[in-house]
Amino acid sequence: MSEFVPKADGIAVMKVEKTVGPWREAWNGFKKSKVAVVGMCIVLFFILLAIFGPLIAQEGINDQVLKDRLLPPSSEYWLGTDDLGRDILSRIIYGARISLWVGFFSVIGSVVVGSALGIIAGYYGRWVDTIISRIFDIMLAFPSILLAIAIVSVLGPNLRNALIAIAVINVPNFGRLIRSKVLSIKEDEYITAAKGIGMKDARILVSHILPNSMAPVIVQGTLAIATAILEAAALGFLGLGAQAPMPEWGKMLADSKDFLHSAPWTMIFPGLAIMLTVLGFNLMGDGLRDALDPKMKS
Amino acid sequence: MLSYIGKRMLQLIPVLLGMTFLVFMIIRAIPGNPAQIILGQQATKESVEALTIKLGLDNPWYIQYFKYLGNLFKGDLGESMRTRAPVSDEIWPYLAATFELALFAIIIAIIIGVNAGIISAWFQNSWFDYTAMIFALIGVSMPIFWLGLMGQWVFAVENPWLPTGGREQVRDPVNAITHLYIVDTIIQGRFDQLWQVFRHLILPGLALATIPMAIIARMTRSSMLEVMRSDYIRTARAKGQKMFWVVYKHALKNAIIPVLTIIGLQMGMLLGGAILTETIFAWPGVGRYIYDAIGFRDYPVIQSAILIVALFFVLINLIVDLLYGLIDPRIKYD
Repeated sequence: MSEFVPKADGIAVMKVEKTVGPWREAWNGFKKSKVAVVGMCIVLFFILLAIFGPLIAQEGINDQVLKDRLLPPSSEYWLGTDDLGRDILSRIIYGARISLWVGFFSVIGSVVVGSALGIIAGYYGRWVDTIISRIFDIMLAFPSILLAIAIVSVLGPNLRNALIAIAVINVPNFGRLIRSKVLSIKEDEYITAAKGIGMKDARILVSHILPNSMAPVIVQGTLAIATAILEAAALGFLGLGAQAPMPEWGKMLADSKDFLHSAPWTMIFPGLAIMLTVLGFNLMGDGLRDALDPKMKS
Repeated sequence: MLSYIGKRMLQLIPVLLGMTFLVFMIIRAIPGNPAQIILGQQATKESVEALTIKLGLDNPWYIQYFKYLGNLFKGDLGESMRTRAPVSDEIWPYLAATFELALFAIIIAIIIGVNAGIISAWFQNSWFDYTAMIFALIGVSMPIFWLGLMGQWVFAVENPWLPTGGREQVRDPVNAITHLYIVDTIIQGRFDQLWQVFRHLILPGLALATIPMAIIARMTRSSMLEVMRSDYIRTARAKGQKMFWVVYKHALKNAIIPVLTIIGLQMGMLLGGAILTETIFAWPGVGRYIYDAIGFRDYPVIQSAILIVALFFVLINLIVDLLYGLIDPRIKYD
């Protein structure tokens, strides 16, 4: 904060206190919520696991040691082994890479395409807006997982196509969000001023409207990563995502179905990994919402 | 009110047309000739050509689309490639199975979710509030297929209290009339079977109910907290009314609107999301129908079943919109 402080000789001098930028302010707000910080720690843990996992995990995650099949958790295999004698802990660690990769990149895809469409619809309005908005309406009229299944069934079942499908189904969410934000921003005076000095549309969109619509996108993006991880696991579980022998968590769960009685650990730990990661992103997203976008607070 | 319903129906037309177009494009988007893909690489040229003509793939796409639309209006959803039966005949038992499961799940979710939300708001910051909200947070992050497997493991495999899957006892099948087995068994007075059908519903129903339950509980709590701060609640308490009636009669009526929206959305989600639960519990529902069709590349079934589910999804949202007016007379339709 800055204020004018009158000095003894009558001349007012501006006293400048240390200013806090918007990001710093958001961080301060975020820190206050213990739950959000716990969420961030969970997310960081899984990110570190994904990056440095290969240093901890055993080599040859796909190596089948048939004499060691379906072993319960022990000092040698901390989380036990699966039906092909593979170490579950190592596979879960590698699985973190897959899940986070799908989560991040599918959301980045949805954000880029959704933002572009949302900005165009919101800024240009009229028939462009009508067409884009109707397409969003139609996509949102389908239950999302069904639409993802339909897309994968056409493209073919593998991890890359699952990622594309998840990205596509989330496009309208971001598109609508950005569109409504653009609609409110474009009436602001600084946009009129920018137009007044002859700034081109493209530049106004990129350097003014886009940065000012980012807060809700960051919040929605964090929450969308959680959903994307769940959806990827669901597709993997249905055999429409990652294929064997990839250590994808949903696929691991699907493989565990036949061993519920003899080896429940093959089911418990991959599911726990999915739940914790998703919980982490959800908690962090809630915290970010309260810090960045107080209006969205429920 | 009637004119509002008419207006909403009219607004639905472009969305419904768009949906049919999107679903139609699914089969068009397959790279290469769909007929070849459906028949496989070993198929003879003649059989591929025959199927191409049968599917009308030799026509331009817009003619194909209008033909498809025309057939839809006649109630013709196409023919299953696998069973050769018309999809419109085949789909009802599956739809009924999913509907029964989804309805059971949403009833559980509403009863537990709304009450948990109310009590959490009533006793804000109590141990109940904290526990319920922690459970709700875990609930929204829960992969339901994992929860389903855990339920199956604990309550069906380790302790055989409940059946592991299916809708009925294999040795004593239900004589299907409406295909809603709860209704069928009651009509026929077979209460022994009704009990069995109910037992089969519990595990998949609870698994499916978890996420909506958590979302409903969170929504009810925040909505109730807002209403409980209003003046009329203070007045009701000041005149000495019992807290129970203040909460359940006065506050709930005003807090329920946003909850209703969420319930409608969740019911739609359940119809689609049931596919995972149905896979785990071998529930012969529409999700399972679509899943099997994908395995066989049975495109007419995939197209039509997805379209039907989406149609229900849209209709449920419409009904929820119309319900607002019944619950809250302040909402005017124009």
